[in-house]
Amino acid sequence: MASLHNTFVGISSPNPFWLASAPPTDREVNVERAFAAGWGGVVWKTLGIDPPVVNVNGPRYGFWRGDNQRVQGFNNIELISDRPIGTNLEEIARIKSRWPDRAVVVSVMFPLEEEQWARWLPEIAATGADGIELNLGCPHGMSERGMGAAMGQAPQLVEAVTRMAKAHTRLPVIVKLTPNVTDITWSAVAAKAGGADAVSLINTVNSLISVDLDTMAPVPSIDGKGTHGGYCGPAVKPIALHMLAEIGRHPTLAGLPVSGVGGVTSWRDAGEFLALGAGNVQVCTAAMLYGFRIIEDLAEGLEMWMDEKGYATLADLQGRALPNVCDWNCLNLNYMTKAEIDANRCIGCGRCFIACEDTSHQAIEKVSATGLYQVKVADCVGCNLCVAVCPVPDCISMAPMREGTDPRTGQVIDSIPRSWREHPANPLALCHAMEREKE
Amino acid sequence: MGRYANHEGFLMERHALTEEAVANRFRGMETRLTDVDAVVEAERCFTCYDAPCTDACPAAIDIPAFIRALAVGQPARAASLILRENPLGMSCARVCPVEALCEASCVRVSDAGGAVRIGLLQRVAMEHAGPGAMAPVSGGSFRVAIVGAGPAGMTVARLLAEEGVQATLLDADSRPGGLNETGIAAYKMLDDAAQKEAAWLLRHPCIEIRLQTVLGRDVTLASLREQYHAVVLALGLAAQRRLQIPGEELPGVLPAVPFIAALRRGETVPVGREVVVIGGGMTAIDIAIQIRLLGADIVHICYRRGIEDMGASEHERQLARDQGVLIHAGLRPVEIREAVGGGMELLMDFWHKEAGKWVPSGKSVTCFADQIFTAIGQTLDQSTWVDDPKLMSVALDAQGKIAVDELGRTNLPFIYAAGDCAGRSPDLTVHAVADAKRVASAILADLKSEVA
Repeated sequence: MASLHNTFVGISSPNPFWLASAPPTDREVNVERAFAAGWGGVVWKTLGIDPPVVNVNGPRYGFWRGDNQRVQGFNNIELISDRPIGTNLEEIARIKSRWPDRAVVVSVMFPLEEEQWARWLPEIAATGADGIELNLGCPHGMSERGMGAAMGQAPQLVEAVTRMAKAHTRLPVIVKLTPNVTDITWSAVAAKAGGADAVSLINTVNSLISVDLDTMAPVPSIDGKGTHGGYCGPAVKPIALHMLAEIGRHPTLAGLPVSGVGGVTSWRDAGEFLALGAGNVQVCTAAMLYGFRIIEDLAEGLEMWMDEKGYATLADLQGRALPNVCDWNCLNLNYMTKAEIDANRCIGCGRCFIACEDTSHQAIEKVSATGLYQVKVADCVGCNLCVAVCPVPDCISMAPMREGTDPRTGQVIDSIPRSWREHPANPLALCHAMEREKE
Repeated sequence: MGRYANHEGFLMERHALTEEAVANRFRGMETRLTDVDAVVEAERCFTCYDAPCTDACPAAIDIPAFIRALAVGQPARAASLILRENPLGMSCARVCPVEALCEASCVRVSDAGGAVRIGLLQRVAMEHAGPGAMAPVSGGSFRVAIVGAGPAGMTVARLLAEEGVQATLLDADSRPGGLNETGIAAYKMLDDAAQKEAAWLLRHPCIEIRLQTVLGRDVTLASLREQYHAVVLALGLAAQRRLQIPGEELPGVLPAVPFIAALRRGETVPVGREVVVIGGGMTAIDIAIQIRLLGADIVHICYRRGIEDMGASEHERQLARDQGVLIHAGLRPVEIREAVGGGMELLMDFWHKEAGKWVPSGKSVTCFADQIFTAIGQTLDQSTWVDDPKLMSVALDAQGKIAVDELGRTNLPFIYAAGDCAGRSPDLTVHAVADAKRVASAILADLKSEVA
């Protein structure tokens, strides 16, 4: 049996699933229920200075529903903890004493004022908490006050605030990064320079989720007005995965622990984050939509998959996919695929046909005798659009073509990999070759 | 709905069902989706290109398009997409044997979840239908008379009116709708659906309707032909086919269609305890289910050939079985006699298939019934035409229906036939609509080429 036991920046937890800093970790009663359900750890909802912030009293969430009424994307305009910091600290202490084997990391957001950090970080450490997460990502409400994403978007501030935090605690410091930047590695480099033990990413993405066309007000609407919020849920996972990979393959960031956050809903999502180098994962939206019990599905699912693949520990699989992430110009241009439609599975819906005919390469035709569809190999560029639109699982696949002649171009297929850097059409290919020779 | 009472002279006194009790029993036969369920179901549609459901729909409704409109929260637009191809979209959503048409051809039919429930989706969409475009189209000066305000006649009138033709509908009845109004089970047309639909269809400035007007009595074909540029015969099949066996004239033996019509009008009707329905089509099912819901203890459907040969679909047959109706195959009525002490004895021969042919098996059975319904089909009613020598020259085909070409033209110029009375048309409501669409476009083309 695979072990899900996780150690992240020295913090131990029975599994790699932490609840992210958010409404599910707002208070003792929630966290108690989460740990009883089996969550490995929590990042306590962000604490700020007293007196606490005041939230709106109208709707604070908006959502985008996909098919079958499922929420695919979610946004919120909630602020950090709106309860007194002292109350939170008492609850954290009680939780930690009751659940010593679980990870309890406390998220904080203070202004860049030395006395705040000097006062509160020791008090947090006194609760028995395992670590500190710096909320440098919240994109709404707090950022207008110069904190959250307003700090996270300026690398100098990321470095300064990290350094300040490190100066006032011996607990590991995880810097939570905002995705609302041009290049996430600048933020990560700054956090590392400030002494961060790890980064976590992503926080929510700036969003205006929809407009009510009857009232002409953004959603969620507070008395007819709306504001931008933070976008999360399954829709943001691809953004998170990309940023995770960019940090993982950055030359000076290699080895920096990353806690993966962003749209984790199933064990498979978690597996993908871990494979791209995350040391653990944080979950919020899925728990908010389905309740804490999803931890069973996440943990058992991941464990079963690890058993099937022969991974005994999380370390065995962590970062396995990272070496395969490369720049476009390193992709093998001699690698060729052609779509294949399985006639036994095809139901004749024609979705692949019309997608290809109207918007791609006119490479699919209807077989009049059967009413089913087939690929015209001589026109197929292997783009994969037909696979995307086909509603039948495994009906269309992309079959590699490793030898012979490509009927589309008439060119003999070269089995030797060749990327753009060596491609004859690239005017700089010769320079690349000379560089390689020098090396 | 009126009240229902037992037939006088039946074996046992029975109480009349209250109007509410009848309504509740019929309501239980309804299947419908809520608006939210409809969105979820609509999202199951794969939006096929060249969709097989549309191919299978006789009215050629763009089914993926209307389902998409439902999925994106615009049921009223879904309704207008349906009405664009099928002005009787509301009736068809209720009476179409979708399991044999569009849903049978759905690419998801073999999925675990089954075919997309197109019929129920159409019903939801039609419940959101708006008033529709009512503006008269200018420039049209043609006048067309349509005899019979049933599904075919109403559809022809609406389609012509939308093209600016002045359409005059004549109907013998006091209400429009034809078989849609009189021949379809009450439980399928709750909430006055047929009358609402007829009102929508006929609410067009280019449509005029003249009720209680009988061809051959109040107007002649010759006079219509003189006053109008074209005439459409959409007469339906108003005469009941007879068993032609002894005892058929007994008072407990009733043709099903007038009985169903009386139910639809809310009249008090007699309800037997032990009922036999003779026939195998939709009408047989409709009467069997209704009489059972109204309180009959035992209801038999006796059909002359095999179960699989019945005109009623398996879905309809199952609806009847679910209500406790017993369906028998290979039974042919021979004689009906008065039973001692009241009621009737129905003598039937058993037939079976030998080498692909139905032959008598030599066995027979006598069945007691206090009410017998005949649902063995209708024929063209020519009784009022005899005084109209010109109409008599309308050629009939071998089945006794009006002979027409592919586009609904009769042997006489500018006289057309559509719906059940025309030789080509099968008997579903949606077939009448499809027929009407062909005839309307033929009339428009013929009239324009006459002018040109």
